[in-house]
Amino acid sequence: MTDYNFAYLDEQTKRMIRRAILKALAIPGYQVPFASREMPMPYGWGTGGVQVTAATLTPGDRLKVIDQGADDTTNAVSIRKFFERTAQVATTTRTAEASVIQTRHRIPETPLTAEQVLVYQVPIPEPLRFLEPSEVETRKMHELSDYGLMHVKLYEDIARHGHIATAYAYPVLVADRYVMDPSPIPKFDNPKLSNCPAIQLFGAGREQRIYALPPHTKVVSLDFEDHPFEPSKADAACALCGDDASYLDEVITDDAGTRMFVCSDTDHCSARRDAGHCGEDAA
Amino acid sequence: MYVAVKGGEHAIDAAHDWLARARRGDRGVTELSVAQIREQMALAVGRVMAEGSLHDPDLAALAIKQARGDLIEAIFLIRAYRTTLPRLGHTRPLDTGAMDCIRRVSATFKDVPGGQVLGPTFDYTHRLLDFKLAAEGGADGDDAADDDTAADARPDAAPGPVPHVTGFLGRDGLIEPATPDDAPPPDLTRAPLELPATRALRLQALARGDEGFLLGMAYSTQRGYARNHAFVGELRIGAVAVEMEIPELGFAVEVGEITVTECETVNQFTGSKSEPAQFTRGYGLSFGQTERKAIAVALVDRALRWRELGEENEGAPAQDEEFVLSHADNIQATGFLEHIKLPHYVDFQSELELVRKLRRQAAQAPKTEAAQ
Repeated sequence: MTDYNFAYLDEQTKRMIRRAILKALAIPGYQVPFASREMPMPYGWGTGGVQVTAATLTPGDRLKVIDQGADDTTNAVSIRKFFERTAQVATTTRTAEASVIQTRHRIPETPLTAEQVLVYQVPIPEPLRFLEPSEVETRKMHELSDYGLMHVKLYEDIARHGHIATAYAYPVLVADRYVMDPSPIPKFDNPKLSNCPAIQLFGAGREQRIYALPPHTKVVSLDFEDHPFEPSKADAACALCGDDASYLDEVITDDAGTRMFVCSDTDHCSARRDAGHCGEDAA
Repeated sequence: MYVAVKGGEHAIDAAHDWLARARRGDRGVTELSVAQIREQMALAVGRVMAEGSLHDPDLAALAIKQARGDLIEAIFLIRAYRTTLPRLGHTRPLDTGAMDCIRRVSATFKDVPGGQVLGPTFDYTHRLLDFKLAAEGGADGDDAADDDTAADARPDAAPGPVPHVTGFLGRDGLIEPATPDDAPPPDLTRAPLELPATRALRLQALARGDEGFLLGMAYSTQRGYARNHAFVGELRIGAVAVEMEIPELGFAVEVGEITVTECETVNQFTGSKSEPAQFTRGYGLSFGQTERKAIAVALVDRALRWRELGEENEGAPAQDEEFVLSHADNIQATGFLEHIKLPHYVDFQSELELVRKLRRQAAQAPKTEAAQ
């Protein structure tokens, strides 16, 4: 591939994105506007994450791409191939071996290290968007730390359902300042956001925003003293590797609606099976 | 027993093979050439150029061929190509007054200097299927092309520049002045859209906005949602020279010629506290022969100017700059709309857990309610 620059984007564009990333790291949780480019994949397919990854990659990096926790989902395959082609970087499915991980909707089960960068694909970066549709208004609310509307919403959930009725993209408070959307990860993953040794970068291409969590940032899931945040997962163990602490996907296996549960993180699951762990359905 | 689905890569390759075969269709039917599309699907080419923000009829035709005629997909191909091109500089403002018009009509005056030139328009055709076109070869307008009437259809009239109609109103102060603005134009493709936007930036966003969306928005103003009764002061289509200042030379040189459609509307304005009654302007400009688009842009532009003109905000969608500009881009819209077919089973799983939990509680609830 000589037709395109390293990692597809031209150096000027990468520079512009890196400046946005640096600003984002300097103001944890703040959404930095950036001049998102049209990418050769559609908006909604991870163009923000792809641009952040492109601006982050160096030739010595080893890239892992996951979607829904899995390396083999079609869009993860497609994005990994894109960087194999345009940046010729090494790739891996092993979380521990990757220096850059691009993800959609999950944080890997394997704890991340200070040598790693986790890049999230973000559809709607604005945590207040579904409470206030206007960007002009929500930016003002962030400026003033005016998050009353969010607390009222959570309170109304409790009044109506007895629980906070948000299961994914659960809002967090970053470094005691900005309320941030962690992207549509299940709230099970929220505790991993906090005090993480890795750099966490969030890219929203269509909405033209980049935000970040520098290493070891304090991230608190919003809650109330009498209704503390609780991460949740299916009350089962993985049928393949037997893990009862990892996040599970529910799979319907026959016409009668029989269910089985398997790890959403495919690398985590296969590593456990290689180590001899066994679930009840493992062949 | 469930085995994790592997082979996404094979599935993708197979899908691409199938797509390539489906694109070609029946091999017994002659393949379309890019030149055929460029020449015979010129209005589709115009739309792809306008919304793709790249004036290149050959590439637009190629994109339409590759996209199997899906114009939004073709626009996407053009945008993705365009974004890889270096930005060398900016041109001088187009002088549409010097346009070599193939069409020029005014709805506000019966006759105007330069004349009314209908040009190649569907306006007065009867929409009856022309079965002669279905006959293979020969019948599709070749007669017209062969005899002299075709040559006559393109009058070598239009002698010299055709003056803008709004200029005649401007002379008498009947229409708001269009003040020249030398501020460097913003570039939506190089800086994120930040609100509130200037009119120049709004017009830029509208110029590449989705024709259907803008048509709907413009139509809503005609039906009373921020009504600003618009007359088409002038609609003109034709080729204009593109000129660039070359710093090393110290003067402007013509770098090419592009076809554009320009619409200037003349709108009622009864005056405000600070302004006497006079007509106001809406403006639309787009690549190619794309007059529906240009008229729609002009109407939406005018509706978005309510604040500047001291008009009331009626809360109409077409007056809401953030609403219009955030939703006019069809590449953004279609991407986000269609992405919901990508896997979402992790989020769905978390919702499943939540709904089950809430249902368990609801099942226990009657006791509590009875107690209350």
